[in-house]
Amino acid sequence: MARKQTVRGRVSKPGPALQHGKYLFIVAFLLLPVGIYGLFVVSPYVQAIFISMTDWTGLTASQKWVGFDNYVKLFADEQFLVALKNNAILLVVVPAVTVLLGLFFASMLNVGRRGKSGVEGVRGSSVYKIVYFFPQVLSVAIVGVLFKYVFAPTEAGGILNGFLRAIGLDSIALPWLGDPNFAFWCVVLVMIWSFVGFYVVLFSAAMQSIPKDIYEAALLDGANRFTTFRHVTLPLVWDTVQVGWVYLAIQAMDAFAFVHIMLGISGGPSRAGDVLGVALYRSAFNDYRFGYASALGVVLLVLTLIVAVLFLRVARRERVELS
Amino acid sequence: MTNFSADWSRRNFLRGALATGALVLPGSGFLAGCATSGGGQEQTEGEKTADNPLGVPTDQPLEIYIFNGGFGDKYATGIHEPMYSKKYPDAKINHKAEVDIAGALQSRFVGGNPPDFVNDSGDGQIPLGQLVSDDQLYDLTDLFEAPSWDDPNKKVKDTLVPGAIQQGTFGDKPYVLHMALTVFGLWYNKTLFDEHGWTPPKTWADMTELSKDIKAANIAPWAYQGIHARYMTWPLLTMAAKLGGPDVLKAIDNLEKGAWQHEAIKESANALAGLRSAGYYLSGTEGMDHIQSQNAWSEGKAAFIPCGSWLESEQKDVTPEGFEFAFTPEPLLSGDSAMPFETIYAAPGEPYIVPKQAKNPRGGLEYMRIMLSNEGAKGFTKETSSLTVVDGSADGVELPAGLTSAKKALDAAGDDVVSWMYQTWYAKMWNPGINAHIGDLLAARKSVDEFTAACEAEAQKVRDDDSITKYTR
Repeated sequence: MARKQTVRGRVSKPGPALQHGKYLFIVAFLLLPVGIYGLFVVSPYVQAIFISMTDWTGLTASQKWVGFDNYVKLFADEQFLVALKNNAILLVVVPAVTVLLGLFFASMLNVGRRGKSGVEGVRGSSVYKIVYFFPQVLSVAIVGVLFKYVFAPTEAGGILNGFLRAIGLDSIALPWLGDPNFAFWCVVLVMIWSFVGFYVVLFSAAMQSIPKDIYEAALLDGANRFTTFRHVTLPLVWDTVQVGWVYLAIQAMDAFAFVHIMLGISGGPSRAGDVLGVALYRSAFNDYRFGYASALGVVLLVLTLIVAVLFLRVARRERVELS
Repeated sequence: MTNFSADWSRRNFLRGALATGALVLPGSGFLAGCATSGGGQEQTEGEKTADNPLGVPTDQPLEIYIFNGGFGDKYATGIHEPMYSKKYPDAKINHKAEVDIAGALQSRFVGGNPPDFVNDSGDGQIPLGQLVSDDQLYDLTDLFEAPSWDDPNKKVKDTLVPGAIQQGTFGDKPYVLHMALTVFGLWYNKTLFDEHGWTPPKTWADMTELSKDIKAANIAPWAYQGIHARYMTWPLLTMAAKLGGPDVLKAIDNLEKGAWQHEAIKESANALAGLRSAGYYLSGTEGMDHIQSQNAWSEGKAAFIPCGSWLESEQKDVTPEGFEFAFTPEPLLSGDSAMPFETIYAAPGEPYIVPKQAKNPRGGLEYMRIMLSNEGAKGFTKETSSLTVVDGSADGVELPAGLTSAKKALDAAGDDVVSWMYQTWYAKMWNPGINAHIGDLLAARKSVDEFTAACEAEAQKVRDDDSITKYTR
């Protein structure tokens, strides 16, 4: 701060003419954008916080102020705790597995083979790159419906169970989405499947910008593939991994569409697969308790902010300068 | 005079920006953009005459919202609306067919400018109990007390089957007209049963016997709607009522302590859970949804499935040739039962409402009177393949096989028709609450005692929540 001021201090002082009406000038420029921001971004947040302290049902023009009642009810609601636990699982498992898989595939596609000209991607990597991106092209709704049929019971034409039976594993051909022990993990699996392609492409782009001579030097020094990955590739794409990590954490906090489509609005068998997004939707549009749903939304907002900050902090690491 | 560069810090900039935002916020745009602000609209009413007993303003438009789902909207555009136009040629009818009722109308209820007549149904149904406790519905007493369309000496309420008005009554006033009469029970393919020489059983002992034979023929005796296991609460409660009498159901509706732990409920739950332990449910049915399980049943993979009488039209596209829909009441659990085998669960369904803040509520009431006329009800049955609450309206109408079979069962039941209200009064208690517990019971994740205790706990939650309006019957 102090340094900046000395730098700024060198700028010649503006004359009285410029000082005159300075604020009016600035305000005139800011009025419109800040106004729009206030109306469409800030005001909905403020309204949500206000609604969360009322008993509004979503169907009336009036509502009663109830203070923190909704929040007290929320933390006494066992279904909220189920959803919270599942969101915690999503938060840990989905980013971790997706980033690991994404790094693995990306490094295989870009620096996986040691050919005549140093390192290059494994055979057919240009095809894989496109194939990995397929899930990203499909909308979440389609992915959800598709996998609902993959995991369906055998009698309803389930593809996975059909496959399991074909190879003689009849005993583990279970009604996956109808079993509280597996239903939620099926969703986790599908989320990872649909996310990983994007991160393969993201990490690939980062890896392509690494100069090949660094790899050649590592090769000459006799570094094996894992060491190369650990000490050359990873540090040089760390910035990208960090971005992906935070983005994934926020994506995983949502999971609404996947759970809603694959497990339904109640949160699946024994209601064990519930997540906060679905619980919020259910409270608002099924139960018509908009006050309660807004309280849930405010909690979800706070959690997402905390997660974003934490992930940014944890992932912070010394940057390696390339030039 | 302060220095531009010295005082122009980031903090000041933000402070200034916030102040600007704060100035903008209380403006008119903010208030209009509030999700919770509302207004109101003028209501019109005409003069009451013998020809116009409800006092319809004859020249005012009528705005109608029909849920465009299983029933479509042809019954409205083809039958009821022309009848209204014929009587009130100066009134313009504004017809809207809508798949998502809540999506289209929630903000209009809040804004105080709802339409005049709404078919509040489907996935986007706005819960009726909630609309009533928010004082959003028009009292239908005048409609039911008015002379009927066909016979001025008979009131509308006297043309309906028993229980029709009760189903839409909250507290002491009717707020909802239920038009369709849905019959609930077990469905089977008569062709398949005739082929094997099976007959639907009248007692649970016979059901177990028959299930053994069905299983031996490589068909699953029963299927149910899996993740929507709440469909099985219908046979559960109907069989319990047959065993213990209709008071079992009344106790449940009135949220009495121990209602779900009544011996009859336990007995009934025990029978349905017994099908699981005997391996009589279609394999994997607990992991299917209603479409998957019903389609498996249509394909002949299962013999019985519980459902309401909409099943036949719901399955129309996947019903194979030669398949004959047939209906049977649930078997008796014991020879020593309070009600006969013929007892069935039949409930008025498909709700129609007139919003309290509508512009033309009297026109909405008149439209309902038209629906409940002989011509209106017959047309409804023809278009939708559904029975109606208008007494005798389906007589002489050609019905599909399944509905004919259900109507026969309904006629045979006579006065032994049971129904309950907690599903409508406390929608959340039924789904997702009890839906999850009966799913656990039928997948052997909960014992009968754990199941009834869990249902008790759901009732307790409703009792303890003073934000829910309670009703008794």
